[in-house]
Amino acid sequence: MTASAPAPDVVRRLTALLPAGRVLADAAPLAAYESDGLTAFQAKPLAVAMPETQDEVVAIVRFCHAEKLPFVARGSGTSLSGGSLPFAGGIVIALNRLNKIVRLDPAQRIAVVEPGVINLAVTAAAQPHGLHYAPDPSSQSICTIGGNVAFNAGGAHCLKYGMTSNHVLGLKAVLATGEVVEFGGASREQIGPDWTGLFVGNEGLFGVALEITVQLLPRAEVFHTVLAGYRTLEEAGEAVSAVIASGLLPGAIEIMDALALEAASAAVHADYPPACEAVLIVELEGPREVVAVDRVRLDAILAASKPVEVRPARDAAERLAIWKGRKSAFSAVGRLSPDFIVQDGVVPRRRLGEALRKIAGWSRELGVRCANVFHAGDGNLHPLILYDGREAGALERAEEFAGKILRMCVEMGGSITGEHGVGMEKRDYLPDMFNAEELACLKRLRAAFDPHGIANPGKMFPAEGAPALAQHGLHPLEKAGVISRE
Amino acid sequence: MSAALITPATPEQLADAVRSAPRVVVVGAGTKPRLAQVADTFARISTAKLRGIVEYEPSEFTFTALAGTPLREIAAALADKGQYLPFEPMLAGAGATLGGTVAAGLSGPGRFRFGGLRDFILGVRFVDGEGRLLRLGGKVVKNAAGFDVPKFLVGGLGRFGGLAEITFKVFPRPTALRTLRIDAADDAAKLRILTAAGGARWELDALDTVVGQPAVLARIGGPPAALDALCAEILGRFPGRALADDAAAEVWRGATEFAWAPAAGALAKFALTPAQTPEFSAWVRSLPGGCGWIGAGGNVGYASAGAGANLSAAPWPGVTLRGHGPLWLGPQRTPAIAGAVKHALDPQGRFPALND
Repeated sequence: MTASAPAPDVVRRLTALLPAGRVLADAAPLAAYESDGLTAFQAKPLAVAMPETQDEVVAIVRFCHAEKLPFVARGSGTSLSGGSLPFAGGIVIALNRLNKIVRLDPAQRIAVVEPGVINLAVTAAAQPHGLHYAPDPSSQSICTIGGNVAFNAGGAHCLKYGMTSNHVLGLKAVLATGEVVEFGGASREQIGPDWTGLFVGNEGLFGVALEITVQLLPRAEVFHTVLAGYRTLEEAGEAVSAVIASGLLPGAIEIMDALALEAASAAVHADYPPACEAVLIVELEGPREVVAVDRVRLDAILAASKPVEVRPARDAAERLAIWKGRKSAFSAVGRLSPDFIVQDGVVPRRRLGEALRKIAGWSRELGVRCANVFHAGDGNLHPLILYDGREAGALERAEEFAGKILRMCVEMGGSITGEHGVGMEKRDYLPDMFNAEELACLKRLRAAFDPHGIANPGKMFPAEGAPALAQHGLHPLEKAGVISRE
Repeated sequence: MSAALITPATPEQLADAVRSAPRVVVVGAGTKPRLAQVADTFARISTAKLRGIVEYEPSEFTFTALAGTPLREIAAALADKGQYLPFEPMLAGAGATLGGTVAAGLSGPGRFRFGGLRDFILGVRFVDGEGRLLRLGGKVVKNAAGFDVPKFLVGGLGRFGGLAEITFKVFPRPTALRTLRIDAADDAAKLRILTAAGGARWELDALDTVVGQPAVLARIGGPPAALDALCAEILGRFPGRALADDAAAEVWRGATEFAWAPAAGALAKFALTPAQTPEFSAWVRSLPGGCGWIGAGGNVGYASAGAGANLSAAPWPGVTLRGHGPLWLGPQRTPAIAGAVKHALDPQGRFPALND
């Protein structure tokens, strides 16, 4: 994407579209928008627009279309793939002020929300009615539904409940052409091609969602959450296979390895079984009568899987403690190292053991430490590669390591990304997943929605002259303990 | 006289077939005939020989099958390993194919619990309008790379491409199912039950009602020991009775096979909200020879009517599956962008247009 230099008075005319004080163009306030959750990349936008209404967003996008001015829509900037990185010299549309829950209908179990609504706020609003919004990315206390929609965010419960796209029933959006569309609606069923499904996960390349209709689910009545320690990762992996083969459908199946355990115990004082190279977390949920039967089966399977120790959560507080350890693991590991790269590849579940062995081998070979915290139930790895950017050649070794993991995922028949999206970070690996004709098809689709290539340019598709990774430190909000990673 | 049927046996042959004529339409078993009822100028490509399960890994919860594979064959292979497609694909008994089911976007009663077909499709190999064989989406249960074209093709009636091969996510089958017939005097009572039962702690598997019958059908799945207690509680709150297993199987076969709809009449699907179901029921009853079925807790309505009925006057968006009426019914919102997307996938208009 080569953007022509914007006209000199473009900021003035953009500013005129909005009430006073809602377009930032001075260097100091713009600095806060130069990066997102992937701090390796930085770019200076020309201006940041802060609309408060849907009409204002439409006006800004139509302005950008007329001016052929690149724009990036941004929620809380928690993207781990650099998805909300500004385009240098383009506009950032900060959607945080479009934060209204327009409608919550407990009888039909739906909510209609604006894009700047925080993920957890939807569940908070639904809770008094015994309902919740299922997608639960680890950054859910701060990430926005608009960002979740753009990147089809996941979470710890995807095996049973799916990703964001499985919970969005309809949406209103302004496309990069300036057209305002309404896809789907309040019904859980669709008629005709699934435009909503196509829009979710577009990584901001089609346009900006203005209003999103999501389904709410009844909150599970009871949970049975078990933490089991294993001497080896392999044994933990075998336990997962046994759970899957049993016909149970747990809400979550997660694994943390030794380095992740060490970091989590230091960070949140989580107490894990001693001498374990891996900890497995399995959670059953549902009506109490069903969980009462299923937990007996699960407990028997785990008892037979040669664990060092099995600890079922005895109450809600113990369950929360298990999840706190799990959800803080990534930022905890991040604190062990000045810099890190987090990966998000997927492998077929049956090859998890093999994948982890390869990762451990490369770690030894390259002398680069790697922690693993992952969604074992759906084969979604999250290797965290630790390095020190001040050390000569360290970044290159870390990148080589990351590249090996991504290619392994593709070779095993998996994916380069389970839930973080391609964004900036993995765009050069997209051709490993799709051949030239398939990429061309995706690009034609993009051009249909955005003929000028102004919506989040430079993301998803490989580009010439990609900026090199500089560093992979913790996001400032992670350092502050506000957000955490999957 | 229409051209002879082309019957490719491999995805590559499907691509050749698409390139072989200026206008083509891909058809499955023809169980939703209105969807492929286009002008004789279209060459018809049948997926009858494009069949078979390509890959099935029960431990992965995924399978991949060629588009012409009958649903029956897939259901049997999955059942053999204790798994199933939770959305309960429609018309399996009538011989419907996997590809036709995706193109039609039809889900059965089971869509209530875990979502519809769109929520279980993972990846596709399809042939675009230029005859290119493309693989998009993924083959693992979780993937966020690239635009979600597989979902877009759900309900697209083959207007944007011809499906060659499809990968789905599957789930373990519940060990047992129970069906309850809950008494409901009128449409308002039905709505109250759909709303209350749908949001209750029981996690029902299906929640349907037949237009004109004073009952709501609720199905629940899980371990038998748990189901006894759950069913007792449900019937304590909503009077009714449990159906014997064979009677229950017959009821649900009736739903998935449209056994309630006369074969000769028109048959259409509508997207509804639960609150719209009383109005839908009244409308169906007003149609000549009208009968109907409401599924997914009130989110989908099927209507059947005799000749002369005007289904397109419906106030809800719908699509005709059988009969000679207009394809699209009720209010339809086709975005201006639709033309550009069609052009991106099928620049020469080789496949029918959405309105053909």
